[in-house]
Amino acid sequence: MRLQFILSEIGIGLRRNLSMSVSVILVTFVSLTFVGAAALLQQQITQMKDDWYDKVEVSVFLCAQGSEEPTCAAGEVTEEQRTSIEAELEAPEIEPYVQTVYFETKEQAFESFREKMADQWWAAEVTAADMPSSYRIKLADPEMYQVVADVLTGRQGVEEVLDQRRLFDSLFLVLNRATLVSIGIAGIMLLAAVLLITTTIRLSAMSRRRETGIMRLVGASNLFIQLPFMLEGAIAATVGAALAVGALWLGVRYLVTDWLGGQVQWIDYVDSTDVLTVAPFLLAIAIVLAAISSVVTLSRYTKV
Amino acid sequence: MIRFENVSKVYARGARPALDQVTLEVERGEFVFLVGASGSGKSTFLRLVMREERPTAGKVFVAGRDLSTLSTWKVPHLRRQIGAVFQDFRLLPNKTVFENVAFALQVIGKPRHHIMTTVPDTLELVGLGGKEKRRPHELSGGEQQRVAIARAFVNRPSILLADEPTGNLDPTTSLGIMRLLDRINRTGTTVVMATHDDEIVDQMRKRVIELSTGEMVRDQSRGVYGSAR
Repeated sequence: MRLQFILSEIGIGLRRNLSMSVSVILVTFVSLTFVGAAALLQQQITQMKDDWYDKVEVSVFLCAQGSEEPTCAAGEVTEEQRTSIEAELEAPEIEPYVQTVYFETKEQAFESFREKMADQWWAAEVTAADMPSSYRIKLADPEMYQVVADVLTGRQGVEEVLDQRRLFDSLFLVLNRATLVSIGIAGIMLLAAVLLITTTIRLSAMSRRRETGIMRLVGASNLFIQLPFMLEGAIAATVGAALAVGALWLGVRYLVTDWLGGQVQWIDYVDSTDVLTVAPFLLAIAIVLAAISSVVTLSRYTKV
Repeated sequence: MIRFENVSKVYARGARPALDQVTLEVERGEFVFLVGASGSGKSTFLRLVMREERPTAGKVFVAGRDLSTLSTWKVPHLRRQIGAVFQDFRLLPNKTVFENVAFALQVIGKPRHHIMTTVPDTLELVGLGGKEKRRPHELSGGEQQRVAIARAFVNRPSILLADEPTGNLDPTTSLGIMRLLDRINRTGTTVVMATHDDEIVDQMRKRVIELSTGEMVRDQSRGVYGSAR
């Protein structure tokens, strides 16, 4: 009896305020799509970092003949300088951050240079003596690059400390900016959604003031009176969230996996399963929004 | 059944009190007329009994409960013991007579079989047998008020409050409503009726409590409407 009654009340409410319900659905749909897009972008960034940061290293280039850095004023790196650099890498303040160190000699550098640049006409001019020797350092935590760089930069015999991660920085910058834009739009839309849900519930409560008045009169409990309104908001918001999940799924499936994945193949993209991990959060956001709006509204409009 | 102890109610700070130091007691099964000019505090009295308002000072006891210590979430349970009827009927226009009465039971979670047996009985009692499927606008004023009374009484409350139930009705119809309220009173239900209708009060010869600008000026058993003046 109770359940059936509440369901029919909800049906009446949603139908009576059809245009408002539709607008709630659309606004939550759009806002949660942006929230989801932001989440997926971040997911994509994490995924790329996981993939690439494992492979990248910090290169400490040592002075070669003719280097112009002030630290190389003494010419090519000496055995003494190398020993002090190695000692530095094993010093207790750096040691925990360093996973492996590998020394690349001038000859090895020249080998790999020749391999990569064999077809360039100017490569023939370069000799092993022109190549810098270097330490290739794999960090235990790639985020700790700065610590290592601070210690080694400016040391005699070190020409340059290069973090290969820097190469990705501009890409991540673009993705992070896109996330921020998404979150910004999502925030505004979510605010609009809250206001709309509030207005919808208020309208619904006003249009059924007669009913709720009688309910209070004959002793219906507060929850019983308010539940239909709360559920109305929650249902509309949930439908919006479901649409957002659907849109994201289609977007990832066709735009990312099929199109982008076909164009640029060396990146491991987010896929539809990532959308499904985001989905529960979107639903939760929708329900929390609806709950907050209804509690705020109803405490004012259907008090005992 | 209803006890007021030095009850005062002031709506706005500094305004004249709507009720001023009222002390009275209504026994179980009594029939009480509440008379007085508009603004004398009759409606405030009824609202205090329903706990739609809380007194500014003093204590209100209803059905053995001290309303000043009654928590908000228990208020619905108090109201299930009180039926209320109003001058403007307050029926739901899009529901039939049966649905209007059943509504009162549905919203307090009564099971369907209970509703299916109780509602027809109550409609029969108020003299609306056979009109279950009508809508309020198809009924006369008197019949609409009977629907409202059926709705107030369907849960067999121990108290029935009526706020000028005959205010919109002609004398003959009013008399019918009064007979009905009297019959309900005879089942043991305490009835408190606020009214302006002197003819009815004079005819019924029940206890009369008169309020004037918030003060109780008369409490007379088997009283008439205007004897104090």
